[in-house]
Amino acid sequence: MKPALTRNLPVLVTGAVLLALYATGGLLYDGFFSGRVVANLFADNAFLGICALGMTLVIFTGGIDLSVGSVIGFTSIITATLISQGWAPAAAWSVAVLAGTLLGFIMGALIERCELPPFLVTLAGMFFARGLGFAISTESVPIEHPLYRSLSDIYLPLGFMNLPFGGLLFIIATIVIYIVAHHTRFGRNLLAIGSNENSARLMGLPVGATKIAAYALNGALAATAGVVATLYTGSGNPATGIGLELDAIAVVVIGGTLLSGGRGHIFGTLLGVLIFSVIQAGILFDGRLNSSWMRIVVGSLLLGFILLQRLLLRKRA
Amino acid sequence: MNKRSPVWWPAIGLVLLIVVNAIFDPGFLRLAIVDGHLYGTPIDIFNQGSRVMLLALGMTLVIATGGVDLSVGSVVAVSAAVCAQLLVREVALPLVILAALGTGLAAGSVNALLVARLGIQPIVATLILMVAGRGVAQLITDGNVILFSNPGFEFLAKGHVLGLPFAALLVLALFGLTHLALRKTAAGLFLEAVGDNATASHFAGVAAARTKALAYIACGACAGLTGALAAAHIAAADAYQAGINMELDAIFAVVIGGTALTGGRFYLLGSLIGALFLQTLTLSMFYFGVPPAVAPVPKAVLIIVVALLQVPALRRRFLQLFKGRPQEVSA
Repeated sequence: MKPALTRNLPVLVTGAVLLALYATGGLLYDGFFSGRVVANLFADNAFLGICALGMTLVIFTGGIDLSVGSVIGFTSIITATLISQGWAPAAAWSVAVLAGTLLGFIMGALIERCELPPFLVTLAGMFFARGLGFAISTESVPIEHPLYRSLSDIYLPLGFMNLPFGGLLFIIATIVIYIVAHHTRFGRNLLAIGSNENSARLMGLPVGATKIAAYALNGALAATAGVVATLYTGSGNPATGIGLELDAIAVVVIGGTLLSGGRGHIFGTLLGVLIFSVIQAGILFDGRLNSSWMRIVVGSLLLGFILLQRLLLRKRA
Repeated sequence: MNKRSPVWWPAIGLVLLIVVNAIFDPGFLRLAIVDGHLYGTPIDIFNQGSRVMLLALGMTLVIATGGVDLSVGSVVAVSAAVCAQLLVREVALPLVILAALGTGLAAGSVNALLVARLGIQPIVATLILMVAGRGVAQLITDGNVILFSNPGFEFLAKGHVLGLPFAALLVLALFGLTHLALRKTAAGLFLEAVGDNATASHFAGVAAARTKALAYIACGACAGLTGALAAAHIAAADAYQAGINMELDAIFAVVIGGTALTGGRFYLLGSLIGALFLQTLTLSMFYFGVPPAVAPVPKAVLIIVVALLQVPALRRRFLQLFKGRPQEVSA
């Protein structure tokens, strides 16, 4: 096989799986091929998608962040509480995103400066953020603000479909992170660190700063995802995003990013999110299958893609 | 336990926590005999903590090999669901318990296959079963909470032997047996060797892959049994709630107990004390009126502090604060 083909094989396989799943859904269920369904593929999991983008960057460095689900819950309740106390939405959003960034920065610093395992630090971050969220409010807080109502009415007409605002944000975030990850020095440093941290250090790359920045950026994206979640549901809930970190990791891996770091593509993550959405839509359309199949199918896909990664790596070695 | 053993740290922490509790609540250490059973807060801690203790036992072995098992919480849910469905169908008790163990062994074998045979990183390999396992549990219970009534099975979690809770005794016995099996034979040494350096131990003639595999299988068995205990405790199986976040408590217990996540040396007694410490902490937060939902915050801070104390460079600096600068103390 040509090297370019081998390198892009995981993303190609992901794309093929996505098409196959979507075609199967279209054959099985009436109305699956409509523009509405396609628009919802982007919109319904917009916050998972935004969060998975950040997770991709962290996984590029060979790290992992288990705290994102809790950060979404925390920022969603903080946003809702501040707005219900009369803050302007923009101010509340800024506070939420700053809080997420700060938490990510602290975790990154602990991982980098104190050489603690990422898994342990972000696990503690997960408990911390979830607990803080529940400390603010143990119940869902509705958001009554004219801006929220008008934002939920915004659609981007694309001819065959109307893209809701959340989906639009997801697509914008994907483009921005794509540029950051694949067309900047920072993005290349992330992959270099994930490939071989010692070589990266010896080459004189700013390893520490880059890693901390990756976690901070991931925190910011998770917080943004929390804000998008409030837009989607019109409320803030401290229990939002329980277990979402696992879905985010699964989506990144399904998208062909190597969990040991150093290799992957933002475009793959986008495809991974869409696969996740297609399965969800399929289960909804079917109606007979209960939601537990979602977890089993995602688990099986995760297994399949990890085995594929193993196979490719072994061939190369 | 010698003077430099890391088990001292959690032990001191546990004693401090108990002292603080006893000061604010004089009844904390009081024990009473009611109907021939021993009752009191310390007994409660042992009894309530037995499930995390059992998970921590298996988790210690896995962490000793340098791995981690994230799937135990989901395996607890699956095993509890299996038990409940069998009990509702009035299957004989020994078979139900065997089924719980079998579920755990099967799950452990899947993890072992992925980690030891295929060489997938433990976090990822066990993540698969963590995600899929809960789905399987929900499938088994059909999304419902399955209630059952079986005094024989409920004895697992509620029964008393010699006035002491059976679950706690069972878990302590398992700890004792594991200790003997690992420390009185070379098995424990193999485990530490694999965790320290899998490649070197392979070349030294240790069956590294098999040792790792056995650790995951043992951990799965512990999780399966914990599922039976969890189901017996509430006489029901709830696929959504059973074992939720329990993998984290188990990992925390092991880390607090002095076993490093990087693998190598392990401390079974430390994990036991770590689990008791977590349970006591949970209980005292109840007592001080911290809402259960907020309780993870102090837990998170604690785990970071403990982890920081285990970083050699930081520990040296920390100890120097106390003994390194006598001139500052006198001044």
